Amino acid sequence: MRTDKLIDILSTNVEPVKPGLLEKTLAWAVVVGGATAFCLMLATVGARREILNGSELGFFALKIGWTLSLILIGYLLLTKLIRPVQTGRKLVAVISFSFLAVAVAGAVALIGSADRRIIILGTQWVTCALCIPLFATVPFILLIWALRKGAPTNLKRTGAIAGLVAGALGAMAYAFHCPDDFLPFLAIWYGGLIALCAFIGAKFGPRLLRW
Amino acid sequence: MAAIRKVHRRGRFKCNQLRRIAELMDVRSIEPELRSLMVAGLEGDAAAHKMLLEKLSVQLRGYFKAQLGRYGRDPVEAEDLVQEVLIAVHTRRHTYDRSQLLTPWVYAIARYKFSDYLRRSKISRTDVPIEDAEALTAYNDSAQVESNLDLDKLLAGISPKTRQAIQYVKLEGLSVSEAAARSGMSESAVKVAVHRGLKALATMITKKEPR
Repeated sequence: MRTDKLIDILSTNVEPVKPGLLEKTLAWAVVVGGATAFCLMLATVGARREILNGSELGFFALKIGWTLSLILIGYLLLTKLIRPVQTGRKLVAVISFSFLAVAVAGAVALIGSADRRIIILGTQWVTCALCIPLFATVPFILLIWALRKGAPTNLKRTGAIAGLVAGALGAMAYAFHCPDDFLPFLAIWYGGLIALCAFIGAKFGPRLLRW
Repeated sequence: MAAIRKVHRRGRFKCNQLRRIAELMDVRSIEPELRSLMVAGLEGDAAAHKMLLEKLSVQLRGYFKAQLGRYGRDPVEAEDLVQEVLIAVHTRRHTYDRSQLLTPWVYAIARYKFSDYLRRSKISRTDVPIEDAEALTAYNDSAQVESNLDLDKLLAGISPKTRQAIQYVKLEGLSVSEAAARSGMSESAVKVAVHRGLKALATMITKKEPR
């Protein structure tokens, strides 16, 4: 076919395009993915029953706050990565810094403590290691579906951030159950599992997001 | 021009420099025009969209011929790449952010499609180096050849509904509502079918045997 013919085909009946569609689709994927992860948590391990007092409440807020900030930054980054050109390097730096801060806080708490076994493994590290990736599955699928509506050109990085946001959504859902209130536990299991989800996303991104 | 000749007497270096400045000025003059055509196209202006695609095809052809030459490939394949990028520019135009420059957006798509082409034809594992987006506007070439894309073959290979929608809306130029009335489909079904048909066009180029 000649290119003139193709241009004729493409420019016959051009539909107007509304701006903001990609952002809406991504936001929808994050919200629905998060809600699904939360319901899955309720249906499997269930939420914590006890009433939280001072320090427990603080830890709960820390878990939710950290995962929520990763979700928000990751969402912003995805609204950039879903388009060609934009790379969002600054936001990647912010995310790396936040991981580093949690790791350092975990290490400091580890040094200052006598009973290391409990603050590393907690009481339910196996449940945690199984639940976070499990809860992250549906958000990951929804995010990939949303990203495929766009035109990402850095597929590895886009996949990694999709994995990160999905992992953070899974971790946030798990935080409603998690009875282990220790900084090293948070750094190793939450941090490690979210990073694992990001790694898996980076691994499969090029295959899933190709267009 | 007289100024360039004058400088030429003084030395080749300065002449090249001046030529580069002239090219840059050309880029600056072409960007606002392309961008306003794009924005008009996004509002639904078919004539502007057509003009944009025509102008881009000339730039893209020059760019791809130069790139193919650099990788030791037959420049005849440029036409396939031009058409692939034009389809992408059309079907992914919702990923263009109206507050940003247009040329880097098109360049990012062209570069993405070219590295995808290299990967699927297994020429090279090395990435296409990132150049200035101006690499795109530095070339132009309006000598068209037939691409590998065969419209009849495509129409034979898609579902009857999609074929009918493409036939009415894109080849005969009926409006979406006329096409809907004539085919008995709903308007949104016609739109979806047209979109699907154009995507099939793009996959047809990527899946074809290398010549």
